[in-house]
Amino acid sequence: MTANFRIGGGLVDSGTPVGFTFNGRRMTGLAGDTLASALLANGQRLVARSFKYHRPRGIFSAGSEEPNALLQLHSGAHCEPNTRATVTELFEGLSARSQNHVGSLDLDIMAVNDLLSPFLGAGFYYKTFMWPAAFWERVYEPLIRASAGLGRLSGAEDPDSYDKGFLHADLLVIGAGPAGLSAALAAGSSGARVILADEDFRMGGKLNADRCEVDAEPGAEWAARAVVELSEMANVRLLPRTTVYGAYDHGVYGALERLTDHLPPGSAQSPRQVLWRIRAKRAILASGAIERPIAFGNNDRPGVMLAGAVRTYANRFAVACGRRVAVFTNNDSGWQAARELDARGVRVVAVIDSRDGPPPEPVGQAKIVMGGRVVDTRGRKGLSRILLASGRSIAADCLAVSGGWNPALHLTCHLGGRPAWNESISAFVPGANLPPGMSVAGAAGGSLGLAAALHEGHAAALAALEHLGRAPTRRPVAAAHDEPVSGSALWIVSESRPRAWIDLQNDVTLKDVRLSHQEGFRSVEHLKRYTTLGMATDQGKTSNVIGLAAMASLTGRSVPETGTTVFRPPYTPVPIGAFAGRSRGRDFRPVRLTPSHAWAEERGAVFVETGSWIRAQWFPRPGETHWRESVDREVRMTRQSVGLCDVTTLGKIDIKGRDAGAFLDRVYTGTFSALPVGRVKYGLMLREDGIAYDDGTTARLDTHHFLMTTTTANAALVFRRLEFTRQCLWPNLDVHLTSVTDGWAQFSVAGPNARSLLERIVDAGHDISNDAFPFMACSALTVCGGTPARLFRISFSGELAYELAVPTRFGDALARRLMAAGEEFDAVPYGTEALGVMRIEKGHVSGNELNGQTTALNLGLAAMVSKKKDCIGKVLSERPELNGDDQFRFAGFIPVDRSEALDAGAHFLAKGARAVTESDEGWMSSVAYSPSLGHHIGLGFIRNGHKRIGETVRAWNGVRGRDIEVEVVSPHFLDPAGERLRA
Amino acid sequence: MIINHPLLGPRDHQEFVCLGDATLIDRPDWRDEDAPERFHDYLHLRDNPAGEVREVWYHEHGDRSWLVVTRDTGSHEITSVELAREVARRRGRGR
Repeated sequence: MTANFRIGGGLVDSGTPVGFTFNGRRMTGLAGDTLASALLANGQRLVARSFKYHRPRGIFSAGSEEPNALLQLHSGAHCEPNTRATVTELFEGLSARSQNHVGSLDLDIMAVNDLLSPFLGAGFYYKTFMWPAAFWERVYEPLIRASAGLGRLSGAEDPDSYDKGFLHADLLVIGAGPAGLSAALAAGSSGARVILADEDFRMGGKLNADRCEVDAEPGAEWAARAVVELSEMANVRLLPRTTVYGAYDHGVYGALERLTDHLPPGSAQSPRQVLWRIRAKRAILASGAIERPIAFGNNDRPGVMLAGAVRTYANRFAVACGRRVAVFTNNDSGWQAARELDARGVRVVAVIDSRDGPPPEPVGQAKIVMGGRVVDTRGRKGLSRILLASGRSIAADCLAVSGGWNPALHLTCHLGGRPAWNESISAFVPGANLPPGMSVAGAAGGSLGLAAALHEGHAAALAALEHLGRAPTRRPVAAAHDEPVSGSALWIVSESRPRAWIDLQNDVTLKDVRLSHQEGFRSVEHLKRYTTLGMATDQGKTSNVIGLAAMASLTGRSVPETGTTVFRPPYTPVPIGAFAGRSRGRDFRPVRLTPSHAWAEERGAVFVETGSWIRAQWFPRPGETHWRESVDREVRMTRQSVGLCDVTTLGKIDIKGRDAGAFLDRVYTGTFSALPVGRVKYGLMLREDGIAYDDGTTARLDTHHFLMTTTTANAALVFRRLEFTRQCLWPNLDVHLTSVTDGWAQFSVAGPNARSLLERIVDAGHDISNDAFPFMACSALTVCGGTPARLFRISFSGELAYELAVPTRFGDALARRLMAAGEEFDAVPYGTEALGVMRIEKGHVSGNELNGQTTALNLGLAAMVSKKKDCIGKVLSERPELNGDDQFRFAGFIPVDRSEALDAGAHFLAKGARAVTESDEGWMSSVAYSPSLGHHIGLGFIRNGHKRIGETVRAWNGVRGRDIEVEVVSPHFLDPAGERLRA
Repeated sequence: MIINHPLLGPRDHQEFVCLGDATLIDRPDWRDEDAPERFHDYLHLRDNPAGEVREVWYHEHGDRSWLVVTRDTGSHEITSVELAREVARRRGRGR
């Protein structure tokens, strides 16, 4: 089994052997090999089992169109399934395994499916897994899941890293074959910024695969010299191992560069792959053409390959794909392949041309059959014999098939372009509606000859230079001969009796297409979905057009009348990891830390994510084992003496200008233009539809200077909206906005001893006594010996409270100074949980209440909507539908049995009412255990709540199966008269 | 997608946020007799043409300009990008 199929020469380095394993067996390839060429060189013909029937499969192509040779690479966390062996660069130590078999590759138990194939045709799943319904989840789904997919994921976290980046170019050349190299040389030598990308690790495309001459030297040598020349141009960037996988709007292209896939896993320092977003003023698609097979009986055996691939393996990789190669073709390129194989010393036993006519020149000793057709093959795990329609049988271990060439026009379709049918090459070519800025050169446009490719690449570059306003290059176009390219349309050998495969990857046969037609799925889109033709990793690169032709012959229409093949990105699969880039795990999105984060960490705080912020949730003390112990203590100690909380996360917007007050009047329901300097006011914002949007306090620091605070969650959104209001609605107001959220560290200092604590921090000369600095006062002052600060006497907790702001860089120091100064008062740091408990005790609304469903009226804030002026949302907030008698009203709730806990989200029902929507009277929005009252309390909305204080209703929670009686009370559980905060 | 910012030149669309139809600039007057109906239409009624649309976009990760972007929903071509403030003034909006 370790037969040597290596022949001399080629573009591999015979002096550098490369060891690798396949299914654990040690094999040796050469530097310059792909995994596929190395497997073929070792005589490994069987490399995979087919998706559905588990038929033996071998390497079929020599490029990214490969439908068969999907292998599992590496082991452990680096394990990667469904990798195409044909584009996998060989390296020392590479380990590859075959997939989709139970038992060994040679003896796959699931091959029984092939015997059952009469029952497993298209639509099998739809028809079989219908009855009984009880089987859907318990029997059918596990069964289908077990047989779905090919390879297996490691299940471990991806150990590799991925990057993303932007590139800019005057001209992007996609594909570095003859057309692409010609274009890049022409454009590069004119000085234009050029990016040349090719999916292969060796640029040159067809020049490396064929025996041809350019400028009187071998094509591969010319290509190598061209690449060297381009690499020496400072204005040219070469991207080998890079697939341009998508064309997007406005000259943007997506490209995946495989930086280290050709190195042993985990050995490289750089990222594994880079996802480039390339912005190019012009682009030339020079992606070549993909050969298509011909469908005939048992055309899927290992050894049946594309003729161009057999040619590539011989010329580039110095591998004979068989000892006895037969060629089956409907066009001239099959003959070219046969001649080159013969010239490389590969024995060609027969050339079968479906076309009638006189035979061309003989090829070595090969039998020539004109007007011949292959109808069947033999060989259980690899081809041994082919049978012709004439009844003749030829012994062969490799059949090189050429059914013509399909331009690789995929990217021309990505922005809605539709291909056009070209009768002369019997293939779809790019249509008229190309992505703006793109032109097509060479085989990608349907010009299959070498000289034509070199010419068209050059011409496309000149046209691009003209568009770019650059002088044309004087460089001459490279000279070559066009090889003969005429052909005929033969898609399917109709005389074949056994199954003829159309889509190798999805095991779709001619029979399935017939069934699809018979059952009415005749449009291309239906055909695809009913039979899975053209799905999965290869996206039908070798099968779509034959499938179309098969349907065309059944409907008696032409191929273009039957439909077209259009494509979406990506051209070849792109790993999800590459799309994610660095945005994984903790780096999934940016994280913001509060200024006191390090200090809170030192104190052992438990943190919580609130939007992009990480905030201290509570500060456990030694011995506290339950979060409630910590939170209850923080609330009690704050209410008894004084507590400290970092509230930097609240949005802060600096508003300046002669019209700042007028501006605020239009964005808030209340009137701020009349607010005296040195005062703070609570503000409510509405959406234009009248629903409450955001709330916060705004301080007037000077006549034309306000500072607005927003909720943490809406900080960016409110700012965006204020800018809209300023620029789009009232563009002539003199007002300027600056987001200063990150500029100021802000701490809440709350509790009866708050003032006493602050007096130890605030510099002498600033009077913060109750008379000089009453509730809702604000002032700029200095603290800690000259540090600039702003003090606001506002309270979310209901206590005597202040918020003290200093420039962010002093935030950490201020937290420490406050705590040191607070030692004599037993000051306590508190987190977001205690903050929440205290606001519920006080009856302040928060995010749970401002949930996008509630109006100012619902929130008990109707009096805040000024009748005398306009503001965003005012007109529609006055809609009668939002202002009837039966509206939801904000209220407090306590359990009748004080030992009961409450549930946020519970719905209110009258006693005895059924738990149905019609009986719904409202909902509980926020709940907490109140350490101050010693039982649970809740806030919520209930119809006519303001008139129902003292009533008992049920709080019904269907999710947790709880149904308890609660009493409707005032939402202000603590200090309803506000004596504490004015103390 | 590339938006040619009138002040900053071509910028990637990731830097922007789209709010919606540019008629959002034409906010009705609250003192109009039929203000509720006008506001209803302003807020909820949109044309949805296959072809040219005018939208307001916000350069959030940039200079915070609101822009009026005219683009074709079929071809995705962007034919003009203007500062919304200037468009608003031209439509008679002021103080």
